[in-house]
This record gives sequence, structure tokens and C-alpha cells, in this order.
Amino acid sequence: MVPLSHYLIFSATLFSIGVLGVLIRRNAIVVFMCVEIMLNAVNVSLIAFDRYLNQHDGQIFSFMVICVAAAEVSIGLAIVIALFRNKPTVNLDELNLMKW
Amino acid sequence: MELLIFYPLALVSVGLAMGVVFNKSPIGSAVCLIGMMLGLAGVFVLLQAHFLAILQILIYAGAIMVLFMFVIMLLNLKDDDKVWKVRERNVWLSSLAGALMVGVLYKIVNITAGAEFNAPAKVPDEFGTVEMVGTALFTDFVLPFEVPSILLLAAMVGAVVLAKSNVD
Repeated sequence: MVPLSHYLIFSATLFSIGVLGVLIRRNAIVVFMCVEIMLNAVNVSLIAFDRYLNQHDGQIFSFMVICVAAAEVSIGLAIVIALFRNKPTVNLDELNLMKW
Repeated sequence: MELLIFYPLALVSVGLAMGVVFNKSPIGSAVCLIGMMLGLAGVFVLLQAHFLAILQILIYAGAIMVLFMFVIMLLNLKDDDKVWKVRERNVWLSSLAGALMVGVLYKIVNITAGAEFNAPAKVPDEFGTVEMVGTALFTDFVLPFEVPSILLLAAMVGAVVLAKSNVD
């Protein structure tokens, strides 16, 4: 059997890769993809705990996470399109209209 | 035996996640992300969460990634040289954040590897099937099930309004 710690380390690694991508990439759409990686990493650890504790709560919560991810992506990509209409770039460094 | 399935799946998923971050073209990132979702669906099957694995493939690898591909192709994004330009002002801050991240990861590995975890619980055969998850969803979790429906409705209306209106 796979020990629970393997799943947790796997999940933490994926989460760190997602954070890394959000911090170093400047392309807005790739940043969204890295947020998706982080949400998926959380799902892995929720479901792993579920299996090891014989519960169903974690699966329900990862179901909610998938719903929130779907809503987040649709709104986020709509915002990207609206921004692109204003200024034809997805480089986050150039979108500094609200910078104080 | 399960380790032999888990390690290739985990390695492929982590490698493809690195591919998402370090790919030069957005389309390449999206394809890597689809592969990572499929690998995670395999991990979910290994954890006996069959329903979640199917949802992962249908919603993530299907719907969400189609939306990503659609937007990337609609905006006609090309490979961007400026993406990898290091901003001198932030080098020290970035190094500090990276060191902190490595430290956090090390700590997580340390704690989880040293902890005494019991063997996986004895679960019934139908664990994680549509029936079991659905029963839990419609008995104990009715309110949390209704809240995302409001959220999805709001997201739908919001996406239409945002993408339609001419902001200038």
C-alpha cells in the first residue's frame, strides 16, 4: 500500500510548482493554469485523507473545489478578454493601469 | 504493487506540472496541463475515488481546458520573449520567497515522513462510487450542494456581462 505521506508530499510538491508558476510567469493565462495546478494539489490531499479515514467529506469538498474552479476560470478568462479588448496584451507587467 | 502504479503517475504529473510553468508557448502549457489532469485522475482511481476521477476528466480535462484553448487561440497568443526577463528590482525578494518556499516544502516532507500514519482504513467495495458520494451529497451536504449552484449561476451571468460590454 502507498503510505499517506507519499500522497501528501506529492500534493505539496504540486502546490509549490503552482505557486512558483504564479510568481515567475507574466502571462495572465499561464498564471490561471498555475492556479488550477494549486487547486488540483489540494484535491489530491483531500481525497487521500478521505480514503485513509474512510470518510466521504473530502470527496464532497473536492467536488466543491471543482465547482469553484469552473466558476473562477469562466470569470477570469472573461476578464482577460475584456482587458485584451482595452489593451492588446496579456503580459501582467504591462497591465498596470491601477498601480498606485 | 500500488507503489509501482503510484510512482510513475506522480512523476509524470509533477513533470507535466513543471512543463506548464516552463513552457514557452501558452498552447504547450495547456497541453501539459491536460496531461497533468489525466495523471491526477489516475491517482484518484488509485485512491478509489472513481466518481471524482470521472469528474476530473469531464470537467477539468474536458470543459475547463477547452475554455483555455479557446481563449488562447481567440487571442492568438504568440511565444513571448519578454516572459522570461528577470526584473532586477525584485531579485532579492524573489530569492527570499524561493528560499522560504523550499523551507516550507522541506518542513512538510519532514513532518509527513516522520509521522506515524496508520494503514489505509478498511473501506467497503463501493467506496467512492456515484451511489456513495451521491448519497452523502444529498443527505448530509444538501446546503453545500446548493451554494455552488448559486455560485455557478452568478459566474455565468458575470462572464456574459464581462465579455459582452464595451469597456473603454
